[in-house]
Amino acid sequence: MTAKFIGRSVPRLEDRPLLTGRGRFAADISFPGQWHMRIARSPVAHGKIRNVDVSKAKAVPGVYAVWTFADVAELPPIGFRLTGLVELEPYRQFVLARERVRYVGEPIAAIFASDPYIAEDAADLIELDAEHLPVTLSASEDPGFFEDNRSTEATVIRKGYGDVDAAFKAANSVLSLDLSIGRHSGVPLETRGVIARYDDKSDILEMYGAAKVPHWNRDTLARMLGRKTGGVQLFEGHVGGGFGIRGELYPEDVLACYAALKFRKAVKWIEDRREHLIAANHSRQQRHQIRAAIDVEGRILGIEDTFFHDNGAYMRTHAATVPDLAAAMLPGPYRVPAYRVTGHIRLTNKTPCGTYRAPGRYESTFVRERLMDAIAAKIGVAPLEIRRRNLIARQAMPYDLKLDTLGTRIIYDSGDYAKLVETAERKFGARDEIMQRRKKGEHVGIGSALFVEKSGLGPSDLVRISLDAAGEIEVVTGSASVGQGIETVVAQICADTLGVDYARVRVIHGQTDRIEQGGGAYASRVTVMTGEAARRAAEDLRNKALTAAAALMQTTADKLQIAEGTISAKSGAGPTMTLAALAKTYPLTGEGFFEYKHMVYPYGVHIAQVRVDARTGGVTVEKFSVAYDIGRAVNPMLIEGQIAGGVAQGVGGALFEDFVYDANGEPLSVTFADYLMPTAREVPEIGILITEDAPSPLNALGLKGAGEGGVNAAGAAIAAAIDDAIGIPGAVTELPVSPKRVKALILDGTIADRD
Amino acid sequence: MKPAPFTRYVPKTLDEALKILAEVAPHDGRVLAGGQSLVPIMAFRMARPAHLVDINEVAGLDALKVENGKLVIGARVRHAAFHKSVEKGALGALLATVVKHIAHYPIRMRGTFCGSLAHADPASEWCLTAATLDAELVAKSARGARVIPAREFFEGIMATALKDDELLAEARLPLLPAGTKFGFNEFSRRAGDFAMASSLAVYTLKDGKIAEARIGIGGAEPSPRRIPEAEAVVNGQAPSEAVFQAAAEAAADAIDPLEDHQTNAEYRRDLVRAVVSRALEGSL
Ligand SMILES: Cc1cc2nc3c(=O)[nH]c(=O)nc-3n(C[C@H](O)[C@H](O)[C@H](O)COP(=O)(O)OP(=O)(O)OC[C@H]3O[C@@H](n4cnc5c(N)ncnc54)[C@H](O)[C@@H]3O)c2cc1C
Repeated sequence: MTAKFIGRSVPRLEDRPLLTGRGRFAADISFPGQWHMRIARSPVAHGKIRNVDVSKAKAVPGVYAVWTFADVAELPPIGFRLTGLVELEPYRQFVLARERVRYVGEPIAAIFASDPYIAEDAADLIELDAEHLPVTLSASEDPGFFEDNRSTEATVIRKGYGDVDAAFKAANSVLSLDLSIGRHSGVPLETRGVIARYDDKSDILEMYGAAKVPHWNRDTLARMLGRKTGGVQLFEGHVGGGFGIRGELYPEDVLACYAALKFRKAVKWIEDRREHLIAANHSRQQRHQIRAAIDVEGRILGIEDTFFHDNGAYMRTHAATVPDLAAAMLPGPYRVPAYRVTGHIRLTNKTPCGTYRAPGRYESTFVRERLMDAIAAKIGVAPLEIRRRNLIARQAMPYDLKLDTLGTRIIYDSGDYAKLVETAERKFGARDEIMQRRKKGEHVGIGSALFVEKSGLGPSDLVRISLDAAGEIEVVTGSASVGQGIETVVAQICADTLGVDYARVRVIHGQTDRIEQGGGAYASRVTVMTGEAARRAAEDLRNKALTAAAALMQTTADKLQIAEGTISAKSGAGPTMTLAALAKTYPLTGEGFFEYKHMVYPYGVHIAQVRVDARTGGVTVEKFSVAYDIGRAVNPMLIEGQIAGGVAQGVGGALFEDFVYDANGEPLSVTFADYLMPTAREVPEIGILITEDAPSPLNALGLKGAGEGGVNAAGAAIAAAIDDAIGIPGAVTELPVSPKRVKALILDGTIADRD
Repeated sequence: MKPAPFTRYVPKTLDEALKILAEVAPHDGRVLAGGQSLVPIMAFRMARPAHLVDINEVAGLDALKVENGKLVIGARVRHAAFHKSVEKGALGALLATVVKHIAHYPIRMRGTFCGSLAHADPASEWCLTAATLDAELVAKSARGARVIPAREFFEGIMATALKDDELLAEARLPLLPAGTKFGFNEFSRRAGDFAMASSLAVYTLKDGKIAEARIGIGGAEPSPRRIPEAEAVVNGQAPSEAVFQAAAEAAADAIDPLEDHQTNAEYRRDLVRAVVSRALEGSL
């Protein structure tokens, strides 16, 4: 295979419709005579439902139907997609509140009306009569009650290896930190949406607006609605961002589908932004109490971590995924001879949680890297030096972490961490300018953080490919596109494998009626899993084409080659034949299946430079740099895009984004005026270095994923940079860091109030 | 986030507008200007006006002119009109400095100067400007017209002296004498957000000494206002860092700070200290 497209930043095949205003997102889809659904939501954070009065809503002209729990009582709660521990099952969410409401925003009724305005008018008239119950708002305080005799502590996860007690006994010193990460989440530009329709002709329930995991959602919907798998089909259109939260199966999806079946009407629901901020998955909120045993030189002997994971009111599709990943990925790129972690998964009266880009890792990287900074301060060496002393060596690869997550054993497949740290420091870590500016009285600082990412989650992906008589290639995947560029990447891989132009390859994704299975788009898995399956499919087609052509050309397949869509002899002599011509007489198809139970592990370094305004506590991120080893870069431009987007979200989580609740559990961050997303003005210049030092040995191209490396260590690096700027090691213990907090740190600390 | 039902009227003349307003005001009727505050709160159904008197086509309300030593700003004049100096003196330069801090470009293309005053957000830059410069606000209704001085106009968070049937037809700002110095500063979490504290400082120099100082503070109290304690500190003094710091201290002491989940009283005073000293430093 000659790499003609792989490794090049070729333009995205996806861009044309998007840039010419022909994008088709969920809200763009309509069917004649459709009904509009509106969800009435609980205004009470915790209460026993006495009555949901829908009489006034039903009387509004244009309202066709109103449902409360009794109308959907036959539907089971929504199940778990990942890390579904049985003990979590009692905490699943029903599609409409049953007996109790547990967060402000919980669906209590569904209204179906002739237009969305009327539906919203009617929703306003629904009255919840509930006996107020005490609210639980912190996961680290004593648990409350989920229901009678059921604690809000859903379960406790424990992981570890080695003799932790012995490590602490042998320690030269022990450090303890108490660290918290705030509640924030992915906020895609496109809110959620579903258009469900029952087709009498084929007896198929169709759902449009699918994203991320259409096949899993199809299978689950079919089970919940008592239909055969083939009796439900999901269709993905353009998707305006995913980030983990979009595309999971939510109550609203099930309600719209159920209504389409019951009423035999197309039912459309488009989430508004206020709903999105209280109803779609939140994420991240954790508090860690971590201790480390170290030797004289700051080498880690053992780590013990106890953390509290605030999962909001219910366990949704991700079940224990986020805390499990936090626990399992915490050791990161360091040698930790003994490790013990206890994660309390607790429910609170807030919006339920799920995964958000780098789930569990943004959190545990913050914790681990704060710890590394504390060790550096304790020993009195530079932050990067202490990290170097603890890094896992290249020679130790593959490195068995002796921990499991997502049903797989964590074995770092490849990596040269020290080399990347050195390169990153050389390229991005210069301090001269900072020292100059400090002399002038400015409070500027640099912070670095290291991480190991995970990517390419299996278990498998299937891809089919065919070439038609016009020479056009169609690749059918069970993957999904959340905007990341899967069409382009898969086309590049197929094009090089086959010897054709990537622009002739059309990649299908997110259509459950086109292929029977698909893993979808999450966990930075698509380029690795779908990419390798596509390569195998293309190879299969190529072999078949060469065999068929060899017979026609009276030679053997091994003497032939394909370049630019034309088959010719490697020797250059003799006749040639185009693939298109061959396809006229011979069906050119291929299939590729890739199954792998281990993930692949890219890694990176984040370096942040911040300026702190000592008078106001304001923090400006001046520069942010990321060095990332991707194994093999299929399309560097797309990787840079992934990293830059991740950095922006990381800056948000570090400084701005925070779902705040008042003492009664009333959400305060329900608009973009209160939930502060960083804008172009807050996102700094981003330096990106992509390296290919450690290709994965686990797939043919050496691929690793790129989706989450931009966000993973951003909170940690910014925290360290703020410490450095204000000259108080260990000052930042909590994300997001608000200016009020920074100002308080400055006043408590030692730095002069001047600038 | 679809607004509750309402009826919209689009009068072409001021008389017509005032007549409709008089009719609908007792029945949840309101003025619609740029819509940059009203439309979002209607989308959240935090406001449910039953009638909107849209003034965007009313003739004559787009005046922006100097008359009798005052800049007259009609009710249809948008924030963006001030991107360039609207008059050659210090006032034009001051307004061009302040306007950059209001929201974002698209919002400035639509939102109006008078709408900001009528809306009376405590952090509004125009409210601070009007209070600091002692603007005159001209309220008109079917009953007649009256002129309200800025210090009587702002009555609290989103509360003004305007009656329900009154239209803020124009705002008048005094032109500033030649040689007037000014400085503006605000602090917000993100560029374009409403300020958590802001300050506008305006003064002249007589024999090297500060005279006729006006030091206004916005975003820190329910309404923006001048802080006489801070003005007294600088009047008669030569500008210096020490004088500015002293004025900032005086302002921080003088205010009765708003508190919310982002700020407590102590932090709000810190911010006031910072914005006042920076506004004054910026005047040099
Ligand atoms: C994202 C965002 C950020 C913003 N940031 C800022 C900021 O940093 N600083 C800032 O100052 N503003 C900010 N704004 C608000 C913006 O400046 C508005 O334009 C302004 O507050 C109101 O002016 P308007 O013409 O849009 O009024 P409208 O929204 O039309 O009306 C606002 C209120 O005033 C009343 N009203 C309007 N005009 C009159 C009149 N002539 N007579 C009587 N009543 C009247 C209306 O009835 C309504 O109650 C922001 C807005 C947005 C959406």
